Amino acid sequence: MVNFGLLYMEIATAALGLMLLAWGLLVPKRERQGIAYLTAAGLLALLALAWCTRGAAGTVLPGYTIDLYSIYFKSLFLTAAFLATICSFDYVAKMGFNQGEYYALLVFATLGMMVLATSGELITLYLGLELMAITFYILVAYRLDDPKSAEAGIKYLLLGALSSAILLYGFSLIYGTCGSTVLREIGKRISSGQADFALLLGLIFVIAGFSFKVTAVPFHMWAPDVYEGAPTPITAFLSVGSKAAAFAALIRILFLGFDNQAFLWLPLVTVLSVLSMVLGNLVAIPQKNVKRLLAYSSVAQGGYLLLGIVSASLLGIGAILYYAMIYVFANMGAFMAATAFYNNDRSDEIKDYAGLARRAPLVAAVMLFSVASLAGIPPLAGFPGKLYLFSSVVARDYSYLWLALLGLLMSAVSVYYYLQIVKAMYTGNPAPQKGALQVSRGMEVAMLLVLGILFFLGIYPTPLTNYAFKAGETLFMP
Amino acid sequence: MITLNHYVALSALLFCIGLLGALGKRNAIAILMGIELMLNAVNINLVAFNRFLQPSQVVGQVFALFIILVAAAEVAVGLALVINIYRRRLDTNIEDLNWLKW
Repeated sequence: MVNFGLLYMEIATAALGLMLLAWGLLVPKRERQGIAYLTAAGLLALLALAWCTRGAAGTVLPGYTIDLYSIYFKSLFLTAAFLATICSFDYVAKMGFNQGEYYALLVFATLGMMVLATSGELITLYLGLELMAITFYILVAYRLDDPKSAEAGIKYLLLGALSSAILLYGFSLIYGTCGSTVLREIGKRISSGQADFALLLGLIFVIAGFSFKVTAVPFHMWAPDVYEGAPTPITAFLSVGSKAAAFAALIRILFLGFDNQAFLWLPLVTVLSVLSMVLGNLVAIPQKNVKRLLAYSSVAQGGYLLLGIVSASLLGIGAILYYAMIYVFANMGAFMAATAFYNNDRSDEIKDYAGLARRAPLVAAVMLFSVASLAGIPPLAGFPGKLYLFSSVVARDYSYLWLALLGLLMSAVSVYYYLQIVKAMYTGNPAPQKGALQVSRGMEVAMLLVLGILFFLGIYPTPLTNYAFKAGETLFMP
Repeated sequence: MITLNHYVALSALLFCIGLLGALGKRNAIAILMGIELMLNAVNINLVAFNRFLQPSQVVGQVFALFIILVAAAEVAVGLALVINIYRRRLDTNIEDLNWLKW
């Protein structure tokens, strides 16, 4: 008997999305600002629901299991969607059209991420992936008045469709070799057999397909263009949500389906991680545009997260879960500051940030502490995250020490380019005609919240670490 | 006698043609067509594996149906975006999409 009651999170999210879609058509144009508040309230309610029912567990269908791991990721996506919604208030209002569809698509993208992170079966996983991807294609190209946005949309769509075709070919080969699409079933069937060529090829294709989603070098080419062209709140949501969802699914595939084939995928993931850390950080240095800089920084962050998979241990998975959550707050903080700046000055160039600290102390502080957290400077939350990730690699095997040291070195490099933004904000002089920034009340509250969380979890990370490691444990339970 | 190997070889060939088209063509619509070929290669694979390895189940065929459905949605969005670009520039050549540097 299929237990549909366990799908309450997915059903509630879909209901919220459909309601927003209908609401957008029904209410008159002047009153559409209400939709933004409704979305924020709805997402907050869903987040509360996820927290209250975090003990829920059970199997809906053999390939769709609700466990703490999936609930952890659902809370992560809802948090990211909530912050992105708050970030969008002024931005979308200034765009001036179709607010209902914008927020509905945002919620549907969240639903896609939820399905992607929960499903342990290839067909469902693919559907979740595409629901997320297709809604993002639309959202990236949402600014009809801006040709850059349209261009970013088409580039994302072409490369995204290509990557999902490659991923699917991998799925078809895996199905052909194992005769099942359920990951645990696949894991059982290949533990008895040996690694054959079709399976290896399938695994490589699947890793390549997911590398695109997690922006691992050499599959990162789309990221800077798409991040620059997309509406800023969408860039923020894309960089944290889509990446975390892809990581959730990749971890499930590798550890449930191919656990005993680790000797095949470990070298691949190691190479991807090294390339992402090195290239992401080095190419970020000469960037002049804040969104492009954060895009390359996000490529590098993807590299750090891959380290957790390389460690192939509970410690590594817990570290990924913890770091992904911190990454939501840090990256969202940075993009919120960028959005607030763009809403006022219509610019994303670093040189225009000159003197921001004097024009808007809060916005500058959020940017400062967010990038400091991304760089992993104590006492901010990014520091324990990186500590767990790097130590998980060393704990696996001392021969991986060089990998942790490389990560450490590259984090040091990242401090340099993050400080370029900070330098412009705090030492530059604002253009004389520029006054104080107008920031909406909701955005200010969200910024303070992000700051508070970054400091709190930097000084006292235990509550979140416990939760993350408990969530990681459920993945390894039979 | 046509065996599973024939189908898999056909699918591999189709996939390579599609990949070549998607990477080599400069027109956005031609790239979308290349991607469609790749998806069809996947469908052939899935249906053939299903027919030859597990004739009593329909998992592969169901997967193929879902792929057809999602591919249609993807192309619908893709063509809408292409039209959006075309209206602005009267052009669908991706080499001219250089307002953002690749």
